[in-house]
Amino acid sequence: MIGLFKVKEKQKEEAKNNNTRGASAKKQSAGELRLHKDITELNLPKSCSISFPNGKNDLMNFEVTIKPDDGYYLGGKFVFTFQVSPVYPHEAPKVKCKTKVYHPNIDLEGNVCLNILREDWKPVLNINTLIYGLFHLFTEPNHEDPLNHDAAAVLRDNPKQFESNVKRAMSGGYVGQTSFPRCI
Amino acid sequence: MDAPQSKSRDLDKLLLRSGNLVGPGFFPGTDLRDDIREYVKVLVVGAGGLGCELLKDLALSGFRNLDVIDMDRIEVTNLNRQFLFRLEDVGKPKAEVAAKRVMERVSGVEIVPHFSRIEDKELEFYNDFNIIALGLDSIEARRYINGVACGFLEYDEDDTPRSETIKPMVDGGTEGFKGHARVIVPGVTPCFECTIWLFPPQVKFPLCTLAETPRNAAHCIEYAHLIKWHEVHGGKSFDPDEPEHMKWVYDEAIKRAELFGIPGVTYSLTQGVVKNIIPAIASTNAIISAACALETLKIVSGCSKTLANYLTYNGGEGLHTKVTEFERDKECLVCGPGILIELDTSITLQKFIEMLEEHPKLLLSKASVKHGKDSLYMQAPPVLEEMHRPNLSKPLYDLMGRVEKDTVHVFGTSLKNEEKQSSLTKLRVVFKEVDGVADMDTAIWRTNSKRKTPF
Repeated sequence: MIGLFKVKEKQKEEAKNNNTRGASAKKQSAGELRLHKDITELNLPKSCSISFPNGKNDLMNFEVTIKPDDGYYLGGKFVFTFQVSPVYPHEAPKVKCKTKVYHPNIDLEGNVCLNILREDWKPVLNINTLIYGLFHLFTEPNHEDPLNHDAAAVLRDNPKQFESNVKRAMSGGYVGQTSFPRCI
Repeated sequence: MDAPQSKSRDLDKLLLRSGNLVGPGFFPGTDLRDDIREYVKVLVVGAGGLGCELLKDLALSGFRNLDVIDMDRIEVTNLNRQFLFRLEDVGKPKAEVAAKRVMERVSGVEIVPHFSRIEDKELEFYNDFNIIALGLDSIEARRYINGVACGFLEYDEDDTPRSETIKPMVDGGTEGFKGHARVIVPGVTPCFECTIWLFPPQVKFPLCTLAETPRNAAHCIEYAHLIKWHEVHGGKSFDPDEPEHMKWVYDEAIKRAELFGIPGVTYSLTQGVVKNIIPAIASTNAIISAACALETLKIVSGCSKTLANYLTYNGGEGLHTKVTEFERDKECLVCGPGILIELDTSITLQKFIEMLEEHPKLLLSKASVKHGKDSLYMQAPPVLEEMHRPNLSKPLYDLMGRVEKDTVHVFGTSLKNEEKQSSLTKLRVVFKEVDGVADMDTAIWRTNSKRKTPF
């Protein structure tokens, strides 16, 4: 290849004062492309909506609002933040729950226990599947993978109590020692 | 001519005489050796385990113009293998010390150090080099450099790569007793993106296991790292390079392990789990760098056929190496030719999107368009469509920054074999009759291109 390099060097000497040609000055990542595609192909149920707080120039960070239309959390409004890494889809997006919620699978810090967010993530999954997974957490909370073991125990042993705890939390009340902001 | 005991005696055996294993276009002679010294510029990315070895190997292989870039400072744990550094260098920038040490030992070599992140350099910085040798430690960094190098690749109308835009990379990686060396020639061999699916998914533990039912030392460490940290430290983000943070995680992991009666939590395991560190071995680095440096020499001189194209090495049990010839992904979004589209500068984005539907190779309906980091138009969701709508009436040429040609990605639904499927395609957009562009580069491109249609 040395022949080529010498020619290139001479060309560079000659063209020194000229501007660069139409080379792409803007860097992009293949991960961003895949994310953009996922976003345009979103097929969300009416109970879920997406927003981009940083506008159209930062699609790697967005928020998803879920309003469950069934189950214990009917009527509530829950906001999740999504942070997509440059190596997407090789790595799952980081998802946290911004709304403080009384839920067996979501802790008080906003960490979400959802298998496809961590150990079961595969590059073939996408944003749509994640949103559906989150939605499912509200329509079918389960006490078997608890992040909030108090809530999980109540759900398991006393579903009626769980129901009233959830309603109280969503209305902005206390459950045990913890207060929850109103989200209904 | 040279004295009998020439310093480049070994190199001369490769460069001054022909042989049975030489590559195509190999012209032995002192001119070749001198041209390598004078004309070839190599960038070494990383001045760590692989980088130190690479700099030494390349300098001793007759290269005289080297640059090295690394954003880190020297740490004590580096000293077992990053042999260019000494105890008194701890805290100094790796790139600077490495460059200095090699220049002290190899006369005539010029090494320019860059103490910076790879993302902070302009694209033109990378274009200055003939070959880029990678001694990196993450998928993300490799993906980035691959994107930059393949971004320089141009194709002519026959979808053949233009050889003067090819920027070869030699990529090495090591992990304990294992390592790999690969040659990436954009447009010819698979690029990093073409084979990224080879990586297995990262090991991630379920959060509930960490929170409720830890079973091993790694669970305890990740609990402290991912869950307990935020509980106690609120908004402060965890910095794995901050020894105090790491110590805190280690202490919490110990407490957790004691609570559940789990053995095995050590400080070095904590570092390993949190930073994905695997202890490094000097010999693995030496082997892999040697392979990379040799390939660099071969690519430049043609003195032997280049590695085709992926070598794996495993020294854990005995010694095993294998070379596999991976194939390019023709549809690769990063290094593939994409589809050539020629347009007038007056065409609006709206018209462009309509044209894509008719294009025989695309038949793409409801297309969304992305140019580099800018998304020009998105069909959905409604909130984004609205944000992008004003672009539809503008000329694509203006939206793309008035460049004569560039890469654009489009995605939507394409009709292939009567079946609708979602697709993401790379396009090479070329604008015809670009007025007032009279610089020499364009003139060279026009006269060199084998255009069959008039301009």
